[in-house]
Amino acid sequence: MMQPCHLVTHDLACRRGDRLLFRGLNLEIAAGGACHIAGPNGIGKTSLLRLLGSLLSPFGGTVSRRGSIALLGEKSALDPQAPLGSALAFWSGLDGLPPIGREEQIETLGLSDLLDVPVRFLSTGQTKRAALARLLGQQADIWLLDEPLNGLDQDGVSMIEALIAGHCAAGGIAIAASHQAITLPARTNVDLTEYAR
Amino acid sequence: MIVRLLWRDLSLLLPGGRQGGTFLPLLFFLAVAMLFPFAVGPDAPLLARTGGGVIWVAALLASILPLDRLVGADLEQGVFDQLALRGIAEELALAVRMAAHWLSFAPLLLLAALPAAALLSLDGMIVRKLLLGLLAGTPGLAAIGVMIAALTAGLRGGAALSGLLLIPLAVPILIFGAGSLARPDFAGVALAGAISLFLVAVAPFAGGAAIRSARES
Repeated sequence: MMQPCHLVTHDLACRRGDRLLFRGLNLEIAAGGACHIAGPNGIGKTSLLRLLGSLLSPFGGTVSRRGSIALLGEKSALDPQAPLGSALAFWSGLDGLPPIGREEQIETLGLSDLLDVPVRFLSTGQTKRAALARLLGQQADIWLLDEPLNGLDQDGVSMIEALIAGHCAAGGIAIAASHQAITLPARTNVDLTEYAR
Repeated sequence: MIVRLLWRDLSLLLPGGRQGGTFLPLLFFLAVAMLFPFAVGPDAPLLARTGGGVIWVAALLASILPLDRLVGADLEQGVFDQLALRGIAEELALAVRMAAHWLSFAPLLLLAALPAAALLSLDGMIVRKLLLGLLAGTPGLAAIGVMIAALTAGLRGGAALSGLLLIPLAVPILIFGAGSLARPDFAGVALAGAISLFLVAVAPFAGGAAIRSARES
């Protein structure tokens, strides 16, 4: 994280199909900040994260950001047939970053014993941890976390909260969409129901 | 980066690869060459006249077999999303996928064309032209395959649809490739190669647009 990252949306609106999910969303998050996006199912939390990552184009308004971006979605993007170790190695190889502290990360996430296990045999929580390992390896400035607590046990929840706190303390941004309570440092709260049409 | 993408794609697609990549296209190809003489009878001149065309059709159909797992699985797994976040364009990913698809079926097919040609009692000149034609035509088949796989990824019944879609697109390659066998010169091979090159150039862009629109829907 060389330069301070930031993320700003202006008058953002999102349409899926013929439904306007939300509009008029203004958001400003500076380096070290965190944001919790709340709202009931189907309100557009995932769509908002994908808008912020430029995976969707906005129906109206703009997203501007500085800094690299990483997404932890409902899909792990790890090859189901491959052993966890090589599935993760593909992404870390693609990111091409020096593997500083990689083993500790794997250890912290409790994945050390699973590296030889094909991804499809992992449980929901283990897959989530594996996806987190992929996210950490990317060393991106801005984390977009879609329901990060899903499938995680109590241990996992406090672990991910600690990871987010560390990330923000190092000058990163974390944006989590979750209907569960999650402890985030220096957080902005966005309740999407306020922006729903 | 390209090497890593290619390496992953190959490890998924090559026979014996992780994504259930098998020798099925190859066996299918050989099976057609084996069954055809049984169906039309052991008339050597007839087999020699029609055999080249049969090999072309078998090659075309063999290239369709892996289509359903070529792009769809990665789209479902969110791999293209993750690549996009890293600034890797869908076009590049698909160009690499196309190369991997070609490598996974074409070289083996060219080898298998030799025993197939023997089964159909083709003579040396025809075999040479057949191999050159397949070498020129198969990149085009791989390009069409990737394009269609990207278009039908995420559709229900995409596999059946992709077979139907491929046929009209592949007809020009088939006409010139198989047609060259009946001519004394190599003009047909050259034209099949030209169509192939055009398709190879277009396919990554068409497929990339398809993947982006699948993401929006």
